[in-house]
Amino acid sequence: MKLPKLIAKNLMRHKLRTALTMLGLAVAILAFGLLRTVVTAWYAGVDASASNRLITRDAVSFIFPLPYSYRDQIAKIPDVSEVSFATWFQGTYVDNRPDHFFPRMAVDAETIFDLYPEFLLPLNQLEAFKKERNSCVIGAKIANEFNLKIGDILTIQGDIFPGNWQFVIRGIYTPKDKTVDATQMFFHWTYLDEKLKQDAPYRAGNVGWYVIRIDNPEKAPAVSEAVDRLFENSSAKTKTETEKAFQQSFVSLSSAIITSLEIVSYVIIGIILLVLANTIIMSARERIREYAVLKTLGFTSKHIFFLVAGESLFISIIGGGIGLAFTFPVVAGFGAAFPTFFPVFNIAGSTLALAITFSIVVGGVASIFPAIRSANIKIVDGLRQIG
Amino acid sequence: MADAIVQVHSVSKSYHRDSIEIPVLQNITLDVPEGEFLALMGPSGSGKTTLLNLIAGIDRPNSGSINVAGTNIVQLNESALARWRSRNVGFVFQFYNLMPVLTAFENVELPLLLTHLSKKERKEHVETALNVVGLADRIHHYPKQLSGGQEQRVAIARAVVTDPTIIVADEPTGDLDKKSADEILLLMERLNSEFKKTIVMVTHDPRAAERAHTTQHLEKGELIQ
Repeated sequence: MKLPKLIAKNLMRHKLRTALTMLGLAVAILAFGLLRTVVTAWYAGVDASASNRLITRDAVSFIFPLPYSYRDQIAKIPDVSEVSFATWFQGTYVDNRPDHFFPRMAVDAETIFDLYPEFLLPLNQLEAFKKERNSCVIGAKIANEFNLKIGDILTIQGDIFPGNWQFVIRGIYTPKDKTVDATQMFFHWTYLDEKLKQDAPYRAGNVGWYVIRIDNPEKAPAVSEAVDRLFENSSAKTKTETEKAFQQSFVSLSSAIITSLEIVSYVIIGIILLVLANTIIMSARERIREYAVLKTLGFTSKHIFFLVAGESLFISIIGGGIGLAFTFPVVAGFGAAFPTFFPVFNIAGSTLALAITFSIVVGGVASIFPAIRSANIKIVDGLRQIG
Repeated sequence: MADAIVQVHSVSKSYHRDSIEIPVLQNITLDVPEGEFLALMGPSGSGKTTLLNLIAGIDRPNSGSINVAGTNIVQLNESALARWRSRNVGFVFQFYNLMPVLTAFENVELPLLLTHLSKKERKEHVETALNVVGLADRIHHYPKQLSGGQEQRVAIARAVVTDPTIIVADEPTGDLDKKSADEILLLMERLNSEFKKTIVMVTHDPRAAERAHTTQHLEKGELIQ
């Protein structure tokens, strides 16, 4: 028998107490992992942003359109290698249920997939998409979720752009990796613009925002300034920023919720730390006499510290490990339940690292006070304790 | 007469309760020869357990020196004193103080975890000790599966398994019925006579003291000659 075996035997002394404490830790780490994954999912767009893409939008608000005529002027600015654009279409698919929501955008079919190489679309599908004006491309997640395939008709009820819009699916893109959103739908901006020319001519000839590719990411500030200076005196002033900053501005709209989630995730860890500390304090107090006996046999204060801290670490690491193991299927289930709400929903490496770190730190911190107290107990005082 | 293995010289000890100093031992001088079986007797509060604790190195005097097996234990720091205890002292308590989660074998093995013995060697030592106390057939029993007398015998096996220089026993029969107490005292006599162990035993029981070679009486912190 060695000391770790004594730790294990002590853990089995109050099986229910140990099991419940481990379960508490497992639930805390699971909740922490899930909340952190939600926070990470919120930032997925920011994290997936390319450093060589700039976004130009109306200086006042994203909701105001920009003239299509800006395109050629932007393309002439030095260090701009390609320009594309998009318009937020929105609309309703089937009904207004949140799980039927996915981003729908009118795009420049000729250039959009050049600007977004992370959307992998077979060449023949891209060519078919470019050729057919009422066609669309959808993400693989959408195709799977709604059982859609190439050739199907996708009907969207317009709201920002009223009408009954029908699109033929000509392509299904797959994400380059798991950080890329595969829940979007793209269709021809020209299709939208032609309809607007007929139904609401005053709205035609506009795009939602421009996507600019630059050769050198270090030129981003200069190019942004050049673009905005170009339209400084026009009716629609622009604001150009990196794609990351653009995505960040969306996330910041929900910053209070995200911050709350982050705080809650840390509060959960704090609560379980106190629960574990309470358990270890109770256990150590019950065994003061035993620790005194061990000291009479020649065990040192370090041995006693190791016994108490080891027990705490054992509980926290096993409990945390169980919680972490269950985090994977729970996150997968959560992601599957809300595939379009959280297009990218994966456990980040940083979340795993934090969960593992907290499992260890909680065990260590929770044991500090009782371990020091037990280690420093005077033998004669400990032997007087009623066991 | 054999050389003194325990030399207590001018030892005083007092405790503090809040701001009040309570003297427990006053200027105690005592020699215990090697191979001795000494009984310390006296009324409650006379300081006999305190003297035993000082000899065993689990408490420190306010003044004086305590030399056990050639080491002035008063000068040792905590970790050195712990090491010294593991090699030189075997403890027997009134209430056995066995680990309830460990079997008899594991309880006896505890002091050996601090040695460099291999698992096989530890096993041999533990089995020998349990054989000496007559509990070879109870090695896998937990304390709650043993009688009081058997528990105390396991505690004695734990005390002797490292072959210590001295055995200190604090009221070893205080919690036992007469039959079990007699068995324990017989065992201690055997450890003294057969295995030449020096024993210092605190007891209230005159029948227990009769088994010792020598009896010293303490009263109000002083040895009564």
